[in-house]
Amino acid sequence: MTDKALMERIVRFRTKAENQSPFGLYLGLEIIDIDKGEATLAVPYAKHLAGNSLTGVLHGGIITTSLDSACGLSVIAALGEPTTIATLDLRIDYLKPASPEETVFAYGHCYKVTKNVCFVRGIAYQKDKAKPIANATATFMITAKGTGRQVQKNAQPLPAAGGPTK
Amino acid sequence: MNFMELIKRAKETEDFSILSQKIPYMKSLGIEVHQYGGLLITTLKADPKLTGNPWIPALHGGNIGGLLEMAAIVQLAHDQESDDLPRTINITVEYLRTGFIKDLHAKALVTKRGRRVANVQVQCWQDDPDKPVASMHGHFLMS
Repeated sequence: MTDKALMERIVRFRTKAENQSPFGLYLGLEIIDIDKGEATLAVPYAKHLAGNSLTGVLHGGIITTSLDSACGLSVIAALGEPTTIATLDLRIDYLKPASPEETVFAYGHCYKVTKNVCFVRGIAYQKDKAKPIANATATFMITAKGTGRQVQKNAQPLPAAGGPTK
Repeated sequence: MNFMELIKRAKETEDFSILSQKIPYMKSLGIEVHQYGGLLITTLKADPKLTGNPWIPALHGGNIGGLLEMAAIVQLAHDQESDDLPRTINITVEYLRTGFIKDLHAKALVTKRGRRVANVQVQCWQDDPDKPVASMHGHFLMS
């Protein structure tokens, strides 16, 4: 599902010259989907960002960057308005190597917002979302005061234990 | 040149920049490795393109994570010559302070090296080593 109005608002804000992230531009990071508390980004393959020139597999740092961005953006999507947040911690499990030449998608899901801290999980995948290349768990701090409490309604809770992530 | 020869050459000449032949990411981001006595320091050179937050401006958290992971890999490759690079199983990064657009230095500590898996801790800082910008611990699969 896509929240069109929210996505439009976030994309419009992010594409203003003064709000653009230089490293996002360098990578060619593109927002492809936004829903309440959810965000998906696409990162095109680039040979010069490989971690091993023999295999051409993207370096883990690029997966880290795209997951950090997607998780952060899902927090913005949960808060419903652009605000300032900071990553507290980020854990990434590399499930399998990324295939060279293929676009990487990073998906973040902010499932809980509290007054100061937001909890997120995410995955990175290529062609098939059911076969992720990496799994992420992150927490973010809301650095702008007073934003968290009002927007709890926007966070999409996790399904019951053992259920699918959708 | 295969990886084992590359790392041997780097150690002999104390010039670790040749590692970027094997790791394009190092060159693209501007990651350098220097040896001070027995200590390996991996540095992400200041560059405006690495900015994630344009308002502060601050380094993108992913680049900090990328440097920390790189520092661990370089340290493991340095300690034990093998045919290929260690592979990352997982990393956990704690962000402690804002990373400004300044050189960011990282130092890795191999806490345990098993036959197949190594546990590594890495810290990075900008001006003062006692004020870390981020720390990481991770598991790496040795080839």
